[in-house]
Amino acid sequence: MKDDNQVIDPNRRAVLGAGAALGATLVAPGVFLHAVAGTPRTEPVSDAVRWGLLVDTSKCADGCTACVEACEHENGLDLQHRPEEEREEKWATQRAAWIRKVKVQDNHTGRVTNLPLMCQHCEHPPCVDVCPTGASFKRADGIVMVDRHLCIGCRYCMMACPYKARSFIHEDVAAQLTRVPRGKGCVESCNLCVHRRDHGEDSTACVDACAEQGHGALLFGDLNDPESPLRQKLRELPTRQLREDLALNTGVRYADI
Amino acid sequence: MTTKRIVYREWRIPSARYWSILGILSAILGLALLAFALTEHHGHWVTGMNNSVVWGLPHVFAVFLIVAASGAINVASIGSVFGVSIYKPLGRLSGLLAAALLVGGLMVLVLDLGRPERLVVAMTHYNFSSIFAWNILLYTGFLAIVIAYLWTMADRKGQAYNRPAGIAALVWRLALTTGTGSIFGFLVARQAYDAAILGPMFVVMSFAYGLAVFMLVLMVSFDEEGRPLGPRMLARLKNLLALFVLGVLYFILVYHLTNLYTAKDAGVEAWILFGGGFYTFAFWVGWILIGSLAPLGILYHPELGRDWNWIATACALVIFGGLSAMYVVIIGSQAYPMELFPGKTILESGFFDGVNGEHAPYSPSLPELLLGLGGVALALLITAVGVRVLQFLPDSLADDALPPEPCELAEAPATGR
Repeated sequence: MKDDNQVIDPNRRAVLGAGAALGATLVAPGVFLHAVAGTPRTEPVSDAVRWGLLVDTSKCADGCTACVEACEHENGLDLQHRPEEEREEKWATQRAAWIRKVKVQDNHTGRVTNLPLMCQHCEHPPCVDVCPTGASFKRADGIVMVDRHLCIGCRYCMMACPYKARSFIHEDVAAQLTRVPRGKGCVESCNLCVHRRDHGEDSTACVDACAEQGHGALLFGDLNDPESPLRQKLRELPTRQLREDLALNTGVRYADI
Repeated sequence: MTTKRIVYREWRIPSARYWSILGILSAILGLALLAFALTEHHGHWVTGMNNSVVWGLPHVFAVFLIVAASGAINVASIGSVFGVSIYKPLGRLSGLLAAALLVGGLMVLVLDLGRPERLVVAMTHYNFSSIFAWNILLYTGFLAIVIAYLWTMADRKGQAYNRPAGIAALVWRLALTTGTGSIFGFLVARQAYDAAILGPMFVVMSFAYGLAVFMLVLMVSFDEEGRPLGPRMLARLKNLLALFVLGVLYFILVYHLTNLYTAKDAGVEAWILFGGGFYTFAFWVGWILIGSLAPLGILYHPELGRDWNWIATACALVIFGGLSAMYVVIIGSQAYPMELFPGKTILESGFFDGVNGEHAPYSPSLPELLLGLGGVALALLITAVGVRVLQFLPDSLADDALPPEPCELAEAPATGR
């Protein structure tokens, strides 16, 4: 029996070598960036921390959508495109959004408040309760997210979420980021930039963008640590949870609302 | 008193007629599969569903079929569990129809999934805090129980187990429909849901819609072949249907009165009952007027209530009312903007959050309608093949062929065929 491996073709070697060099050139910067950003965690996620956000609505600027744009860029949502045959206005109701700006007015006093609205990362998330397969789950560190391998696209979590925080991917995903896998027919929502958590980075894309704009309306941190800047700020400001009546103990708190 | 033996016989309508029926049903099913392929290939953007109204027309059909399935088995239960002998000849068709409707409904539900190829995931990963996961078990268990129940009805060896199987089917179907209603009742997020009454309300709805489907199938299949369906049987069934429709109306009344009484639900009530445009129309005209009051008027009318055609019309109207009910309960409740900020009005939003109280957009699309109709076609296809090849239909339901009932109410007989 002939063993093809014994015959070495020098030309083939050269091509492979060139390929390896090219590959290294393309991959190395990514590896380097990852290394700079921190090595991926090797330990299981622990409940020693509970990640959360504080939204100081008094600092949230009317008309500013920096947090929305940053989220879409960070998570590859700006790569989604309207299918050619789809009408613009219908597509607007079907495209995914993990965070949106909302302007509300008190019915009695007329006071207007601007705020970003996203997954509230509940301690008792209704989306996790209703998910038939367990695809919708809460990590030990409090992040509520979707396991894309288990999601069957039934959308029951979207029926159950009191914050309308989830989106269904209605179209083919032509382009996506390695750090944020997406796929047609699955449900997704804000995961507090979980890829950053897993690389030991601080903050989230929306928080950074808000700070860069000079508003500083968003603060990310550990809700469990009494000394964390987040907890200190929460001690200082009167804050509320959205739909407090549901007793979900949200990880996102709002001040001045 | 002698007990007459019930004779069952295959459905022997002319071949050409039979194959035309199968052809039409298969064509509808084929269109549904094409609609599924289209949605699966392109994604759900080809449907009218969106991030606000996440369950649409397919779910209206699917839930209706599932609810009707659990109602269709009632006829068998009345015979073998409650011992009302006049219903016994209907048991086999009742079981077949229950299984067929459930399969039709489940097909729609599964083919609408974002990832239908992951059905095996749903079968192997269970989250037992999800009423949906419970329903997967309830649906598959129901099919198994109904098949066993049919065996006890059809096989001599099984007769000893007929009553236990009937009791199991009855208990199981009550759990199943309560579970189906609770898919909505357990949702705290949406104002129109979050109500324990939805569980029992769905049970009563299943009584009415399941019986209406059963009666229509029974009447049409008997009429096609010229089998006798006597006035005594028809009168019993139509009176029962009227009673069930009254039951649904009672639950609608209690549900809405409760919501109207509580201030926090005033918004959604005002919207569904008065300001919801098409949804208000579907509620009042579709569900209440055409789907409940009109059939009640027919069924209790001294003359129309005895006429074969009018009774069949009443059944069709009840089914139409059932579909309207699902449209209002499933889609209307999602279209009403979620109460994200109680006491506040949303002035601007980047995600259709009900700006100035505006309801969420939804227009049903053709693929959704075709998929839904495909579920109906599959249910009827299974039924048509079932009654053709096996002995599901009693040879005669003429008055003198029915088992006698000592305590039967004396009433004006309907003019059957």
